[in-house]
Amino acid sequence: MALMTTRRADIEHHLAKYPDKRSAVMPLLYIAQEEYGHITQEAIAEIAEIIDVDVTHIRGLIGFYTMYHDKPKGRHLLYICTDLPCAVRGAEAFSEQIQEHLGIGHGDTTADGMFTLENVMCIGACHRAPVMQVDFRFNYNGANWEDLTFERAKQQIEDLREAQQTE
Amino acid sequence: MSEIILLRNREIENLRNYDVYVEHGGFEALKKTLQMDPEDVITEVKDSNLRGRGGAGFPTGVKWNFMPREDVTKYVAVNADESEPGTFKDREIMEENPYQLLEGSLICAYAVGAELVYIYIRGEYWEIAEILDESIERMRAEGLLGQDILGSGFSCDMHVHIGAGAYICGEETALLNSLEGKRGQPRIKPPFPAQSGLYSKPTVVNNVETLANVPWIMEHGADAFKAIGTEGGAGTKIFSVSGCVNKPGNYELPLGITFRELFEIAGGITDGNQVKGILPAGASAAILPATDEILDMPLDYESLKPYGTGLGSASVIVLDETVDMAWAASKMVQFFAHESCGQCTPCREGTYWLERLYERIDHGDLDPEDVERMDSVAAQMQGKCICALGEFAVNPVMATIKHFREDYDAAVAAAQGSGDIPVMPETTPAGD
Ligand SMILES: Cc1cc2nc3c(=O)[nH]c(=O)nc-3n(C[C@H](O)[C@H](O)[C@H](O)COP(=O)(O)O)c2cc1C
Ligand code: SF4
Ligand code: FES
Repeated sequence: MALMTTRRADIEHHLAKYPDKRSAVMPLLYIAQEEYGHITQEAIAEIAEIIDVDVTHIRGLIGFYTMYHDKPKGRHLLYICTDLPCAVRGAEAFSEQIQEHLGIGHGDTTADGMFTLENVMCIGACHRAPVMQVDFRFNYNGANWEDLTFERAKQQIEDLREAQQTE
Repeated sequence: MSEIILLRNREIENLRNYDVYVEHGGFEALKKTLQMDPEDVITEVKDSNLRGRGGAGFPTGVKWNFMPREDVTKYVAVNADESEPGTFKDREIMEENPYQLLEGSLICAYAVGAELVYIYIRGEYWEIAEILDESIERMRAEGLLGQDILGSGFSCDMHVHIGAGAYICGEETALLNSLEGKRGQPRIKPPFPAQSGLYSKPTVVNNVETLANVPWIMEHGADAFKAIGTEGGAGTKIFSVSGCVNKPGNYELPLGITFRELFEIAGGITDGNQVKGILPAGASAAILPATDEILDMPLDYESLKPYGTGLGSASVIVLDETVDMAWAASKMVQFFAHESCGQCTPCREGTYWLERLYERIDHGDLDPEDVERMDSVAAQMQGKCICALGEFAVNPVMATIKHFREDYDAAVAAAQGSGDIPVMPETTPAGD
């Protein structure tokens, strides 16, 4: 279904924030991503029409910004920071443990389609390494994903998987 | 106990709550300011010697003073992109003391005559954007935003704009392009944002921490602010301390503090080790060797300049004797290669080639000429780029080769089979 049908109020809220509707492209792309799991070609066409730009412009933006995805991903996007300050506190080894636990490499999606894992640059929680985010959040499914140990991360990942399966 | 201007949340519980903020003097500075001539507000901030906390350390009042006085559409853009590795200070302000930032932003808007404020926050701070949205909503409900604020005749509104994972959008003109719905690529300066910023209109861009100081300055006066810190840096600064210390975290301290004092406050170096190198401002400013002279240097916006580095955002990454500096440089090189926006050839190609050269360390095939090649690729990038990222990317390479050449020599020796490739410890820290 078209975004303007399912998310009209949200879209209008964002359009009203700017004197130029083209500025609303970023929030609109997030809405599409929330709605469909990734940004579909139909959504790109619809957004292009709403803000009156060319679809190639929007494709360019999706390529430029790392948080937008035009390919299907796992149900949850797991970020692990492996940038320098976290890495000196063991984050690279931590990421490898998580990868092993999930049976996937960095950038991959689990076979059940539940998780996509990405090693990322600094996410502003270096004092709480090792640190993860679930769908861009430090707090998710009633748990905090900072100051992790492998054991706690594993537990939280399994809790999350379970919460989704029983949903 | 030294003065606390920003992280008042450490002393006041639930400061992020509107009523608590108001109970503790919140919005008094705004009320006072709205009675003043905007010109006097600019003068007060100028006299306070407040300098930008986002990296460049530019005097804030001077920046505001660049704004034209004509009655044209103007904007304020709050830089909440906070993506420099090792930086997590703006986050605490926004999470725990959001109204102080919003009050400061509103005072700025009043001073320069802007009727719209955009807060550009990085996408990975999704939850924090929600806190800001709620806080802004509350201010609207309290008549602190919108038409004719508190009967002053001044009207202003604020919106949060969420970024989408691009470090370069922290550069002020890239931020403005991103806000306009374009790729977040820096613009050639001049014109500066004060002349032609958002939608080509005069715009002030300030960092979160910078603006969060403003209510205090308006309340206590420029002299009280200047009385804290040093000549080269007035007021307090939040130091985000990360890496090899026992208590990494944010520490708000008067400018003029030394690294030695700072590390002590941050619980000392991990495992009682010796500190080896200090990154004073994340990955961007050149690394310093931890000599006594450096450790005892009073830190402000001027003191580190003779060492070819700067305090920047004061995101201090501490690297101890166990850290291989060639490895640390490779991490930073990867960062810049990933974050280059690609519009300048020297930056795009240079960071690409540096990343390829540094990979050789990991692959165990670094040869002696590679170290010279690294230095020479970096040298060729200098002074040829549109924005400062191109310069930042050079720093980890040249400074580590200069100060820690022995770590590169060890990688070369390892590649030649006469030593072990240094590896990072496999242990994860205790966590909770
Ligand atoms: C590559 C690059 C990244 C930057 N990232 C940030 C950032 O995340 N936050 C920030 O406040 N300033 C950042 N800056 C500095 C801004 O361009 C600008 O100087 C600052 O927002 C001005 O505010 P201030 O004067 O209050 O510091 C960055 C600069 C460059 C060149
Ligand atoms: S120096 Fe690098 S990041 Fe800056 S504008 Fe040029 S290519 Fe983009
Ligand atoms: S380096 Fe990992 S959160 Fe900053």
